[in-house]
Parts: sequence; C-alpha cells; structure tokens
Amino acid sequence: MTIVFALDCWIAVLVLAVASWTIMARGSFAAVVGFVAFGLLLTLVWVRLDAIDVALTEAAIGSGLTGALLLGAASRLPEAEFATQAQHSLLVPRVAAALLSAAVAGVLAGGVLLLPDPAPSLAPVADANAVATGLGNPVTNVLMAFRAMDTMLEKVVLVLALVGVWSLAQVRRSGAHPLPLHRPDRDSTLAFLARLLPPVGIVVGIYLLWEGADHPGGAFQGGAILAAMWLLVMMAGLGDAPSGSRGRLRLALICGPSVFLTIGLFGLWLGEAFLAYPAAYAKPLILAIEFAMTLTIALTLGLLVAAPRESAA
Amino acid sequence: MSATAFGLCGAAAAGLGLYGLIIDPQPLRKLLAFNLLGAGAFVLFGVVSRRGAAATFSADPVPQALVITGMVVALAATALAVALLQRLFDAAGATALDAETMSAGRDARDP
Amino acid sequence: MNIVTNTFTVLAITVGVFFFLAGTVGLLRFPDPLTRLHALTKADNLGLGLVVLGLVPQADAPLGALKLIAVWLLVQLAGATVAQLIAREARRGVSQA
Repeated sequence: MTIVFALDCWIAVLVLAVASWTIMARGSFAAVVGFVAFGLLLTLVWVRLDAIDVALTEAAIGSGLTGALLLGAASRLPEAEFATQAQHSLLVPRVAAALLSAAVAGVLAGGVLLLPDPAPSLAPVADANAVATGLGNPVTNVLMAFRAMDTMLEKVVLVLALVGVWSLAQVRRSGAHPLPLHRPDRDSTLAFLARLLPPVGIVVGIYLLWEGADHPGGAFQGGAILAAMWLLVMMAGLGDAPSGSRGRLRLALICGPSVFLTIGLFGLWLGEAFLAYPAAYAKPLILAIEFAMTLTIALTLGLLVAAPRESAA
Repeated sequence: MSATAFGLCGAAAAGLGLYGLIIDPQPLRKLLAFNLLGAGAFVLFGVVSRRGAAATFSADPVPQALVITGMVVALAATALAVALLQRLFDAAGATALDAETMSAGRDARDP
Repeated sequence: MNIVTNTFTVLAITVGVFFFLAGTVGLLRFPDPLTRLHALTKADNLGLGLVVLGLVPQADAPLGALKLIAVWLLVQLAGATVAQLIAREARRGVSQA
C-alpha cells in the first residue's frame, strides 16, 4: 500500500463523510453548505482520476453555480415544520429505504469490482482521429467533433430549461409592487468586489475558452466563470436581471444552438454528413461554434441561477 | 487500484443519495440527495474513464465528455426544480409533497 | 539543485498546512462567529501563501508561477470580502438578540 493510494482512500472516506452529513443535517442551509463542500472534495477526486476538464466543470458548475442556486432556494423557502414532525419517527420506511439503498450501492460496487481487465477503451480511436480536427485536448475533440450531436442537443436542453424557469414566474398583477431579487446595497463590500473582480473573471473565462483547444479547459468552464461574474454583478445590485421579453437577449440566447445547427446543416449541404466539418476548415469552425456556445452558456447559466420570481403581465 | 477505491466511494455516494431521496420529506432535501446520487454516478463514469487509459492518453476522453455534458444538464434540471418549488411555495404557502401538509400550510396562511 | 527545491517545497507546504490546521482549531474552539472568522481568514490566507510559495519552484514555466500567485491573490480578495459580509451579518444578529 503506497502513500498515494492511502491518500486516495483518505479522500474517498472524507467525501463519504461529507455526503453523509449532507443527508443527516438538520437545517436546509447546513445541508447545502455540506453539498458545496462535497462538490469541492469531489474536484480533488476528479483530479486524482486524471480528468482535469471534469474537475474544472465540477468546481465551477457542480459545486459553484449549483451551490449558489441551492443556497438561494434554502434562504427563500422556509422549512415545512409540519412534515418534519410527522414523518421523522416512522421506523419501518427508514429501514426499508436503507436496505434498498444498500442494495443499490452494493450492485454498483459489485459492478466496479467486476469491471473487465484489460478495460475496453475508446482512447485509441480518439487518438487516431485527432488529426481530423487539429485540436490538442482530447476531451474537446470528443465534445466538439466526435460527439458534437450530444453537445448541440445539450445547448437546446439548456435553453428549454430556461424557458421552463421563465414560464414558472408569476405574472405580476398590474400595479402590484415587484419583488426584488436581492436587497441591493450599492456601497457595500460586495459592491466593491463586484467592481473589482469581473474584469479579472472575464479574462480568466475567455482564457479558459481559448486554452480549451489544446489544454484542459473549454467552452463550458469558461462560460460558467463568465456567468458567475454576471451573477456577482447582479447580486451586488450593480445591475438588474434582464427580463425575458427583450429581443436582443433572446437572440443572444439562441445564438449558440443556431450557429451549431447551421454549421451542422452546412456539413450536410456539402454532401458529407450532418455535423461533419470539411477537413480544411475544421478548427476555425469549431472555434466559431465554441465562441457562440460560450455566449449562450454564460447567459443561460446566469439567468437560470438568478431566476426572476415575477414577469410583466 | 485507487480508481477502484474511488469507484466504491461513488457507489456509496449514490446509495446515500438514494436513501436521502426516499427518506427526507422536504422537497429541497430531496433535490440535494438527487444531486448527490448524480454525482456518485458521474464518479463511476470517471472510474471507467481512468481504467480506459491507452494510447498515450492517461484516461479515456469519451466518458469524461459525457460527464461534462451530464453536469451541465443536472444544473439545468436543478434550476427548473427550484423554480417549481418556488412557485409551489408562492401558490400554496408551504412546500411539501403530501396533501395534508399542503392544506395545513394553506390553512395557516389564510385562516 | 533538485533536492534543494524539493526540500524547500516540502518544508513550505508543511508549515502552510500547520497554519491551516491552526485556523481549523480556531474555527472549532473559539466562542463566537467574529473570533472564528478572524482565525479562519488570517490563518488560512497565510497557510495558502506558504503552500503557493512552496509550489512556485515546482512550476515548469515562469507563467505557471505567476498563475499560482494570482490564485493566492484572488483567494485573499474573495476571502476578505466574504469574511466582511459574514461579520456584518453576525454583528447585526448579535445586536438584535
């Protein structure tokens, strides 16, 4: 048993301890804080599994943006005291649920232990076809070229989720006072941070997008950081969340999926296949798609987390 | 070797998430447990990716791309669920998934 | 040269980890939120600075070392702001109680 293996086991134990605390914690706020800590420890796990792009995504989206979303929800939704009193004392459902969860975990663990050795892998195929795009990061190759259909449909899913969130906003009765998103305080410390950090954050986000071609990074990670900077500005009260009825906002939101779809149909029109890039133009086309994607991702993720509770009638 | 340890950790996290999803009556806690379940499943993908190291790559890139896509979609689904909970609370005065608690909450709000 | 840089890295990171440990002990043992915040921000920033200082010789390019130092500065900025906000809320809670 080497030191590195012992450290990995220790990280795994810590991850499970924080996960248990998230489930068992009394208050919603404590549980969400535990979930954010769980996400950050999971980032370490991803680094140990040699998945740097996934580690960046987990830190930015999995624990950062999801944590902000759930913290906002935990503060706005008071706990249902009636439910907690009634159902915490029943023993039989808890034992049955524990047995079922243990069975599922056991099946998954058995699957892990029985994984075939040598492991099947698509890495040689990905390596052999990497010359088609000229990009150095294999994950970006898979996302933008080999499985580009998945990425395009995921953009559409993001926009659909935003449409769902907007349609759930209550229509404001005319004359009623609108609910503020946060209490803006223009001279506070948060406003100072919101004036100082976004220029740095925007540079970091675009840098991550650019470096994603050859090193770990990419459109999702860069877009998430841009969304976080925008959320910081909105939370500090230095800017308002735009309403969904503005035409330019809607145009910018569909910019990503539509550029993706257009280039895909262009490949079909050239006679090869849907989403096939012509060999000479592969890298510029992929970069164009990635820029449009980052804009859409940043706007959509920011609007999903800063969801308005009301919309104009 | 360490990939197997992380795989067992992911399986246990998925089991914990499932337990929390079934047991806790509050919808926000169910949402947290659901995210935990998803994170455990993603770690299992990561283990498969790490074991697929071949041809000068230290990990198989295809499962990693699937996990990145999955994480973004999980955030979108969580945002939609939070919006649903918020609307439920605005409309009914309490957030719970059974009828008695909802009517009790409504009665407490407008007696 | 290699053994000198490695020894420096190990020493600096060990002292940095000791400061993190001291900050965590302060978080667990101090009586009220303001003292806990003080322990956490001071000790953790110094600990992170020492860890970054230890990692700088291991960076493969000067740009990598600059990135590490930029990480430390950004964490200080974010940590200081968040500590201010939490302290303000804690003091408001104390004055209302």
